[in-house]
Amino acid sequence: MESEQAGKNPVVQKLRDWDSQAVAEVIDFRGETTVVVPVRSLLRTCEVLARDLGFTYLSDITPVDRFPLEPRFELNYHLLCLDRNERLRVRVKLPGKEPLLHSVTPVWPTANWHEREAFDLFGIRFDGHPDLTRIFMPDEWEGYPLRKDYPVEGYR
Amino acid sequence: MTTIDTAVGPAEAMVLNMGPQHPSTHGVLRVILELDGETVLKAKPVIGYLHTGIEKSCEAKTYSQCITLTDRIDYLAPLSNNLAFCLAAERLIGIEVPKRAQYIRVLLTELTRISSHLVWLGTHAIDLGAMSVFLYCFREREEILKIYEYVSGQRMMTSYFRIGGLALEPPPGWLDQVKRVVDVMPGHIDAYEELLTENRIWIARTKGIGYLSPEDAMAMGISGPLLRASGVPYDVRKVFPYSSYDEFDFEMKTSNDCDSYARYTVRVAEMRESLKIIRQAMDKIPAEGPFRAEVPGVIPPSREEMKTSIEGLIYHFKIFTEGFAPPPGEVYQLIESPRGELGVFMASDGSAKPYRVKFRTPSFVNLQSLPKLCEGRLIADVVTCIGTTDIVLGEVDR
Repeated sequence: MESEQAGKNPVVQKLRDWDSQAVAEVIDFRGETTVVVPVRSLLRTCEVLARDLGFTYLSDITPVDRFPLEPRFELNYHLLCLDRNERLRVRVKLPGKEPLLHSVTPVWPTANWHEREAFDLFGIRFDGHPDLTRIFMPDEWEGYPLRKDYPVEGYR
Repeated sequence: MTTIDTAVGPAEAMVLNMGPQHPSTHGVLRVILELDGETVLKAKPVIGYLHTGIEKSCEAKTYSQCITLTDRIDYLAPLSNNLAFCLAAERLIGIEVPKRAQYIRVLLTELTRISSHLVWLGTHAIDLGAMSVFLYCFREREEILKIYEYVSGQRMMTSYFRIGGLALEPPPGWLDQVKRVVDVMPGHIDAYEELLTENRIWIARTKGIGYLSPEDAMAMGISGPLLRASGVPYDVRKVFPYSSYDEFDFEMKTSNDCDSYARYTVRVAEMRESLKIIRQAMDKIPAEGPFRAEVPGVIPPSREEMKTSIEGLIYHFKIFTEGFAPPPGEVYQLIESPRGELGVFMASDGSAKPYRVKFRTPSFVNLQSLPKLCEGRLIADVVTCIGTTDIVLGEVDR
């Protein structure tokens, strides 16, 4: 459900000019633009966003678990362009079975700990990450606590 | 968590475990240092000792119940966390907060900024050997905590901001108390500066230490005073104003020196700017008017309405038993907390409990810069570098 206005966003248009398949969906909600990007082209899209479109600052990576829906996982990349004071959310969707995608640490080094957090709490794996280990939970911990099928009180 | 691997590094390198119980780590931070003599070759922060699963707990509570959890994320700036969470929920539901409540929020969060910077200044100074500054800072901080107590009933875990406005009408005479603190604060800040700004030991311990270039700071997602001391003008209050910050006149303080001393000057200047904002807010706050929005079914009705009208009673009962359900969607609300960009990602699935809440905490991201700050420096500078990032471990680990 792509609204008329969202499609006219200049960043979205530039991304589509660069690669017609780059943007799968655009969502506008409460004044925030979300761009859904196919997983296989995430790294290339991020490079273009950072290099050519000025999104040099990555604020945050937020994983969301949509269990039991498929594709189960969502990763939201919150980007900031300081030259134009503009924000953008890039979203990728991942399957519940072996969620794996390419790390964006080559583009934004700050992604290092955010991706470790996503690995630790959601079990999402990142290809090409320099040090993909648990960050909050003990190393020997079993399971991924922020997944929806993990009980709030933990396993007893 | 990480075990120490003694096999790494050159043969003569020594691996030293600093923390998690170390007075200069301000909580439970562990840093694995690889040393060549006194020089730090590698530093690796290890976190997670204070992980309490706040984000998971939020998913099992109604929106209003989550507010008490937000206090405990950054326990030195509880009101900033309250504000970020409330603003996110308000945007998700689509509530307009009355101006009076917005100004009171601005005033109290700026007081929070001062009290948080005071703790930073005091602890940073005591880490570097200046005992008296610590005592003075905590004396003044206590005065600010007394205001919190007077207004909300709590010194620290205030939970004073609620979705739609404030928890209570502020008690009469509270602005006089604020005025008393604001009037004496500039003199106190002068006193700290007198003790530190031209102090030779202070300069020797901070100037040129912990260099962070603007490019590195941007690449690592650093925010707050740390980023501004590296010369990047990014302050959420200016760039994406919230809670009527655009109506206030204040300056964004930056420095191009990129070292610990620059961060000290930026934070001290910020305290003075906060005082400016507080004075403006005191003039702006109307004496009377609503302190929270009126949205039936979302915001609890007033006590009187609850006792006298049947609708009020029903709404009160429903809000406190079931909660309320915002429309499905996601928002990312950010504010400038004392430590930098504090973001709250909130996703609703149309039920009364948040589907997902994520706190993008500035300390977590800023701590990533620690290896960059202290590698190649002396071991004594690690203490400066930890202090200068102004981390709160509750916020790092959540």
